Amino acid sequence: MAHGHKSNEKVVYVGDSRVKKAGGFQTPPDYTSYPGKSEAFIPNFLLKEWMVGCVVLVGFLVWVIAEPAPLGYPADPTNASFIPMPDWYFLFLYQFLKYPYVSQGYILLGTLGIPGILFGGLLLAPFLDTGKERRFYRRPIASSLMILSLAACVYLTVVSWDHYQHMLEKNGQTPEHHVRAEEARLAHERGLPRPNPLKKAPVAAIIEPEDPVMSIVQSQCMGCHANDLSGANGPALLGVGNHLSKEEIVETITNGRGAMPEYGTKLSTEEIGQLAVWLTKQTQE
Amino acid sequence: MFKNVYNWIDERLDITPLWRDVADHEVPEHVNPAHHFSAFVYCFGGLTFFITIIQILSGMFLTLYYVPDIINAYASVDYLQHQVAFGQIVRGMHHFGASLVIVMMFLHTLRVFFTGSYKAPREMNWVVGMLIFFIMLGLGFTGYLLPWDNKAYYATKVGVEIAASVPVIGSYIADFLYGGDIVGAQTLTRFFAIHVFFLPGALIAMLAAHFLMIRKQGISGPL
Repeated sequence: MAHGHKSNEKVVYVGDSRVKKAGGFQTPPDYTSYPGKSEAFIPNFLLKEWMVGCVVLVGFLVWVIAEPAPLGYPADPTNASFIPMPDWYFLFLYQFLKYPYVSQGYILLGTLGIPGILFGGLLLAPFLDTGKERRFYRRPIASSLMILSLAACVYLTVVSWDHYQHMLEKNGQTPEHHVRAEEARLAHERGLPRPNPLKKAPVAAIIEPEDPVMSIVQSQCMGCHANDLSGANGPALLGVGNHLSKEEIVETITNGRGAMPEYGTKLSTEEIGQLAVWLTKQTQE
Repeated sequence: MFKNVYNWIDERLDITPLWRDVADHEVPEHVNPAHHFSAFVYCFGGLTFFITIIQILSGMFLTLYYVPDIINAYASVDYLQHQVAFGQIVRGMHHFGASLVIVMMFLHTLRVFFTGSYKAPREMNWVVGMLIFFIMLGLGFTGYLLPWDNKAYYATKVGVEIAASVPVIGSYIADFLYGGDIVGAQTLTRFFAIHVFFLPGALIAMLAAHFLMIRKQGISGPL
């Protein structure tokens, strides 16, 4: 103590302040006086900690780069089929509230009663477990309660996740962020711009519907591509001029593509040419 | 150069004791994984703090682009994720870091519990630690709504409905969180404010208390 005091003085102050020195606080032992290999926090131990931190950071970044953060479709309050799902660390509570005697008429027990006791117990653990013993195997009550709660939380989380997977399968649903990622991947493969779920589907009309080539379109194309060319069995032809050139369209009509049959035998080269010219005009904003 | 500046300030303000008092201490053998590998369990607290720093920094960068209103929230997250350089990485760090921080904090809590480190005289530090745990869960809950996709919307709806089922105060909690009768424009701005200002403020205060207490009391001794 820098400010040693004479024992015959009645009131002792802290430093040069007017705060009276209290008797209670006991300075914890300094580890330099312990036997063993203690080391200085700065800089020795801190540098090692930073190295561990760097390894953790690199691992974390690899994870983040490999796995993009999920994003579903924009919130739609009218969507009745969506299965609500909280983040994984709330699942134990979410599942717990599905059981009888903690839900419906007993909801008070489920929301306040049991979680209140458990979280309250955890919060006040040092005032409930007041013994001097620190080793967990010598504190059977505290340790077994904790292990039991842990097992219960793990169990509830697994059951909840399992139930969610089951519901998805039953409803034939895929989590929206997977659907969205798949759509984006397909669009990318086709060289189309990434679909934007916020943009309403364009209600664009057919451009130049009076063109004489419409008779061919009506007889040959609309069966699969729908009467307004917005797509049915085949993809939409509205906007086809945005991403296919005249040559590519000629090629597609002549030789077919995927499920589309070839028209090189049904239509003359001239007719295909007219079709292609007309289709390249079908552009959209 | 840097040293000269430091000395110039130190001569006038005597700042050295300020930080040396906090920073200078011995790390005992029983918590040092270099000596006992099993002591790695003592690293989880530090890792929680490290991930928390990542959360704060990545969150700060996310707010450069994020717009907390129901028309633009989703669009801004979508833009951030796909158009902004490194946006996917920053959002990924914040998204997955939220889970990681819960995991690390959970492991840290278990270490403290099973080594009986919360016992006298460290009771208050345990209580503060549990408050930090609850704040983190609150951050997780409020942050989940912000991307404004279906998952966010319905999870928030269910969460607030559960809170609303608490008698007497339940409807007030729901009113406070919703800012109305439904999950809507008010809810989003409220969750944004809680997620970005209220809870981080409380978190930083609690962390400061947590660290001051551990420095004052020292780490608990070997078992």
